Amino acid sequence: MKKGYFGEFGGQFVPELLMPPLRELEAAMRDILPSDKFRAELDDLLRNFAGRETPLTACPTLSEELGVHLWLKREDLLHTGAHKVNNTLGQALLAKYMGKTALVAETGAGQHGVATAAAAARLGLECVVYMGATDVVRQAPNVMRMKLLGAKVVPVQSGTKTLKDAINEALRYWIAQQDSTHYCFGTAAGPHPFPTLVRDLQSVIGRETRAQMLERTGRLPDMVVACVGGGSNAIGMFHPFVDDASVRIVGVEAAGTGEPGCYNSAPINLGRPGVLHGQMTMLLQDGDGQIEPSHSVSAGLDYPGVGPEHAHLGAIGRVTYGMATDSQALEAFQALTRREGIIPALESSHALAWVLNNRDKLPAGGHVVVNLSGRGDKDMEIVREVLFREGELA
Amino acid sequence: MSAAIHTDMNDMLPEAPVSRLEARVTAANAAGRPALVPFLTAGFPTLDRFWDEMDGLDRGGADVIEIGVPFSDPVADGPVVEAASLRALENGVTLRWILDGLKARAGRYDAELVLMGYYNPFLQYGLENLAADAAAAGVAGFIVPDLPLEEDGEMRALLAARGIDLIALVGPNTSEERMAEYAAVASGYVYVVSVLGITGVREGLPPEVPQTLARARKAFRLPLALGFGIKEPKQLEGFPDRPDAVVFGSALLRHIDAGNSAESFLAAWK
Repeated sequence: MKKGYFGEFGGQFVPELLMPPLRELEAAMRDILPSDKFRAELDDLLRNFAGRETPLTACPTLSEELGVHLWLKREDLLHTGAHKVNNTLGQALLAKYMGKTALVAETGAGQHGVATAAAAARLGLECVVYMGATDVVRQAPNVMRMKLLGAKVVPVQSGTKTLKDAINEALRYWIAQQDSTHYCFGTAAGPHPFPTLVRDLQSVIGRETRAQMLERTGRLPDMVVACVGGGSNAIGMFHPFVDDASVRIVGVEAAGTGEPGCYNSAPINLGRPGVLHGQMTMLLQDGDGQIEPSHSVSAGLDYPGVGPEHAHLGAIGRVTYGMATDSQALEAFQALTRREGIIPALESSHALAWVLNNRDKLPAGGHVVVNLSGRGDKDMEIVREVLFREGELA
Repeated sequence: MSAAIHTDMNDMLPEAPVSRLEARVTAANAAGRPALVPFLTAGFPTLDRFWDEMDGLDRGGADVIEIGVPFSDPVADGPVVEAASLRALENGVTLRWILDGLKARAGRYDAELVLMGYYNPFLQYGLENLAADAAAAGVAGFIVPDLPLEEDGEMRALLAARGIDLIALVGPNTSEERMAEYAAVASGYVYVVSVLGITGVREGLPPEVPQTLARARKAFRLPLALGFGIKEPKQLEGFPDRPDAVVFGSALLRHIDAGNSAESFLAAWK
């Protein structure tokens, strides 16, 4: 297999000026990441700064309704509110070992931006976050958090003014500032080695889940489910189970409003192979290869591409990629809130929505783990708006 | 096969035909000047005016015209080229429109033509069809800024089979060893990026440009074209080694956007 590829997907489709920093990062992954010193320091940060390990929570009410044992992997309980911090702490620490003094990051909903800003503040690094101008308005509280944490937030006015444009701008910044700055990429996508680096840093989710299931039930789960935007929480959950044939793996893409031809964020289901942001992957694009705008009620899934390893796992049939619509996600959001006392992020609500809407595909009487990748505090405004509109909230 | 025998066989082979792009740059240099290589986004500022400005650049003495194929996400470009690209897309420009337009005008231009654009539109067109249609449209070369050596094998081979060059890009952070890897496959000319950055006009060129040119001179036997941030001849004054060709993009687009003709932009360089 070609270097940096997962089957047909992946690669390094970047300007030549970015090849040296990518190679520098590959070398750091090889030389620094596996060292005992780095491992120990990262482990301490994950444990005592971020709050690992995260609980595996049983859901008695929904389990009863669904006829399966439903479990949640509680990444929502991590510092900064989502799984993102697993990645940013790892990359920030790596950057520090590499002698970099600053981080640049892109962010959509702002969760990765906040997690990067927190890691940078903790480790004494400068931080610049690019964020689409539309998202800056939509996600004002996260902009405030980033600024409080000392990050410089730069609104991106070009293109669709959302995540994909923020990535373009962060890549441009990195070209110019590569000597001092590490690009703390937020998801398991982009040019090699980012998909592998982010997967390795997020795989702690699946490793813990595996050990917790064995300890609590004496067996592996029958099914693991996670939402897929770029796909970092999902690949982190999936990767440690990929070689276990007995474990069915389901990724859930955002179908948007759901009617045929609507804007969506489901490139594995509704897109075609193509090249964007340094990678060959499944993309939402028109017939001429121009990237289409994406949509999801959950800003964290709102991206026209997907990590190349997901594209590959879908192509070979190891992972089933389903979809959930905006309204299904909102229903799942309410179901978990009312029935189990947990307010999930709208991203994670998509994973749960697939479970609630595909009962015939669940392993009856078996164990299903949903990765609850983040908490819903950040989504209060949008949930209030939608429920108010639908008359469910006075 | 041993290296020695390999070399001997190479010595016996006839010289590869010199590329049209290489020949054109060399001819300009023989006339005592750098080859002039304007970049113009296809369909900018309007569909009709684009073709008028193409004629103007050709009349005005362009040796090579780089035609920008617009893409929604031009990651190596600054705000001027990106804005031109997005405007062209709004104007309805597609790769097919560009190739059909060039085919209809085949033989019209004295300048050699290069298509410059990101990989995905080329890939979606189909690389084999692209090579065939580009050849029919009189295109002499391609520049694909997001297609480094690791990924360019298929496209390079398909273009080479039609006598079309895939131009190598190198920059201030490209090592001599890396340049040598490109030199083993490169043809046409070499695009030397002046700055660790994106396209766009800069007042002064960075001080490391002469070193970058010197490294490229050692690695390549091909002509060197300097681009990114170039506006006027005085920027090159004092260079120990003048580039063989100069590329101007953002400065030209701004000049046109301000209501001036492309032809008048070239006057300063003659």
